[in-house]
Amino acid sequence: MVKNFLKKFYIFLVFLFLYAPIIVLIIFSFNNSKSRGHWDGLTLKWYIQLFQDPQILKTIYYTLAVAVLSSLVATIFGTAAALGIDSMTRFRKTVVMNITYLPVLNPDIVTGVSLMLLFVFVNIKLGFISLLLAHITFNIPYVILSVLPKLKQLNKHLYEAALDLGATPFYAFKKVILPEIIPGVITGALLAFTLSVDDFVISFFTTGSGVSNLSIYIYSMARRGINPEINALSTLMFVSVLLLLIVVDRRMSRDKMKGENRA
Amino acid sequence: MKIKWVSYPYLVWMMIFVVVPLLLVIYFSLTITDGGVTKFSLANYEKFFEPIYIKVLLRSIYLALISTVFCLALGYPLAMILASKEMSRKNFLILLFVLPMWMNFLLRTYAWMTLLERKGLINTFLSYINLPPLEILYTNEAVVLGMIYNFLPFMVLPIYSVLRKIDPYVIEAAEDLGANSLTVFLKVIFPLSLPGVVSGITMVFMPAVSTFVISRLLGGGQFTLIGNLIEQQFLTVGDWNFGSALSIVMMILILFSMAAMARYEKDYEGGGLW
Amino acid sequence: MKLSKWLFISVLLFSLVLTGAGCGNSSQVTLNVYNWGDYIDESVITDFEKETGIKVNYETFTTNEDMYIKIKSGGSSYDVAIPSDYMIERMIKEDMLCKIDMNNIPNINYIDPNFRNLDYDPDESYSVPYMWGTVGILYNKTMVEEPVNSWNILWDPKYQKQILMLNSQRDSIGVALKKLGYSINTRDIKELEAAKEALIEQKPLVLAYVEDDVKDKMIAGEAALAVVWSGDAVYMKWENPDLEYVVPDEGSNLWFDAMVIPKTSTHQKEAEMFINFMCRPDIALRNTEYIGYSTPHMEAKKNLSAEILNDATAYPPQEVIDKCEIFKDLGSYLKEYDRIWTEVKAQ
Repeated sequence: MVKNFLKKFYIFLVFLFLYAPIIVLIIFSFNNSKSRGHWDGLTLKWYIQLFQDPQILKTIYYTLAVAVLSSLVATIFGTAAALGIDSMTRFRKTVVMNITYLPVLNPDIVTGVSLMLLFVFVNIKLGFISLLLAHITFNIPYVILSVLPKLKQLNKHLYEAALDLGATPFYAFKKVILPEIIPGVITGALLAFTLSVDDFVISFFTTGSGVSNLSIYIYSMARRGINPEINALSTLMFVSVLLLLIVVDRRMSRDKMKGENRA
Repeated sequence: MKIKWVSYPYLVWMMIFVVVPLLLVIYFSLTITDGGVTKFSLANYEKFFEPIYIKVLLRSIYLALISTVFCLALGYPLAMILASKEMSRKNFLILLFVLPMWMNFLLRTYAWMTLLERKGLINTFLSYINLPPLEILYTNEAVVLGMIYNFLPFMVLPIYSVLRKIDPYVIEAAEDLGANSLTVFLKVIFPLSLPGVVSGITMVFMPAVSTFVISRLLGGGQFTLIGNLIEQQFLTVGDWNFGSALSIVMMILILFSMAAMARYEKDYEGGGLW
Repeated sequence: MKLSKWLFISVLLFSLVLTGAGCGNSSQVTLNVYNWGDYIDESVITDFEKETGIKVNYETFTTNEDMYIKIKSGGSSYDVAIPSDYMIERMIKEDMLCKIDMNNIPNINYIDPNFRNLDYDPDESYSVPYMWGTVGILYNKTMVEEPVNSWNILWDPKYQKQILMLNSQRDSIGVALKKLGYSINTRDIKELEAAKEALIEQKPLVLAYVEDDVKDKMIAGEAALAVVWSGDAVYMKWENPDLEYVVPDEGSNLWFDAMVIPKTSTHQKEAEMFINFMCRPDIALRNTEYIGYSTPHMEAKKNLSAEILNDATAYPPQEVIDKCEIFKDLGSYLKEYDRIWTEVKAQ
């Protein structure tokens, strides 16, 4: 009994540690005073200021545009790459997989710096395009790593059977392989999307001239000191993440129930 | 299925955007520009071996190690509790646990800035209950705290997923054979969870040793870590050659420690990070 | 999800954004302006956009060095930048600036002749003055009781962890050099090494090396002493009357920031329009009142309130200015400053 209580208490403490800073930010996003030391009445003015700030709206636009595009391109490239890698000989596979792991394992700062050198070297203006290229680059490996396990589980003979029955390779791919690997593809795409939204270090080195994503914007705001607009932004981001997770969770448990019913 | 060709665009992409950039970093690290003339030289690496920069490297490793140890000490019991069979609503708790990770990590770091300030919330609270204020912001402790806060989930999740896979009958068998709970833990549970621990350590140590944001925001520009040094060389001082040499050193450090860790990991297929 | 549909949508989206980002609205010019943080009244920019139909893409930097690297690396395309004296000198030497056609900037005649044709741009062909000021110590009167008149107070162990230094190479090394009685443009390695030792000795006393966050910190009373630029000091004194600004007796740095057009600019004509607009009396006045810095603009200065004009922080008496020194570009000797700053920070 005591042991059980201690366990729960420990969990409570860790969650307090994890959530206290976020909750403080949320509470103080409604604080009328700019200072964090004292409470000075409720207000929504930081939210209003946030949405009137053209800079931040532009930032959100770039963040989402880069995330959507980079995850889409990375998903296409990555899925194709996974299909190819899966059919490679052992030696080639090892070589390719090592290159694939490189951006995953390499510290972000090294990836960022190396890409910056590349862009400057070949004279690509640092901005939206360079940012997008960088994001696609670090996203592809994650898509590959999500799709490959699904391909391993796949029964290869099904595809050949489809071909024998007269399907074109593309038709066979669409009807036989794709349905089997689509969960991996979607996981990869989602992973790529979130990684892109959250990235700071690589973006920091590969963007320029008026293009910045949310992380870079927050970093520059935080360096300038405390800003209640950041609190408002945190609250909005936290709420949207919370909603997203609830939706995902419900869908997952519904799918699970469906699966169980079918069984 | 003979469709190797579909991976060729990817291979070309990775050549251009991964291999070539790294070669560029190596090239820059091995050259110096003197009065417009570029020549090969090991001067950048020699410079790195000056005591002052070695100290920066050691400091980065030291802080990252401390954070890793704390994450392990805090995270292992947590993973055990979460994985224990009497814990109900596991999935919900895990979800709650990863939720803060979905927040932008700069926001999470920023949150600590507001808490730790001299006149921040923690000190306001302490003075309210008549305790002396704490001086935390812009110290080593603040940097370590920021690392623990940001990277704790990287430790807990792999350990948790390994612990959950341990066959409960193995533990029961050990108990039946007369082992007390400490022995069960030391001889059965802990050895079986080692792959999770190893990948947890790697996943905390790696980002901790290469960070420049946490030390910048919570260390007040006082605690130069190797990440800060690289950033400074590239964005403020403009010595890309030395910055490249530092990047190569960091890359070697990380890849070697990964390789060393991977030998222990064996067939563990990586924790569910997300 | 049908694959073909999905592919189609993605290709469509991709091409949409690419064209959108590539040339934007080809008819409309976007001007990239690169300035220090908190260094303009942003409503002035909005007015400029309204009056001219030119879109302004406003971005900020935190130190001259950061700005220089950003432009030098060639990855950017700023049309107007606002660096300080020594950096302008360096950029002129390295052929990074466009000549400005002063016929397009008639409003330059409002600039006080004392601020024109200064050493960094003797022929006034590359730059138009923006603001000027000094570097000094801002202190909180409730936390520092003794008179503040020397840089030495920043080395007083009494104020351990109460001191904020600037995270800016020339400024911080300059403080140490002045404390030791040397020139801030020294090329004597012994003097520089002494400055390095002084900064390293000071490090345990320093709470943080700050940028624009110095303002919030000093206003909130997080620290007792800080090295600041005079214009920021004006603003901080408005916000917190306990604060006072002083230029130490050993002398300090007198600086000028001016608007320039980097060679990366693709819209020189519009950039000149912007610069001229910033020098229009009503705009210059509004901007000066908002940011609190000292203006070289005669008309704007005339219309400032007596309170600001009599504030020695913003408009110091001549004897203070006489003690001050202007930063010079150090050419290839800058490498030593870079090294020293890296070593101080790495310590």
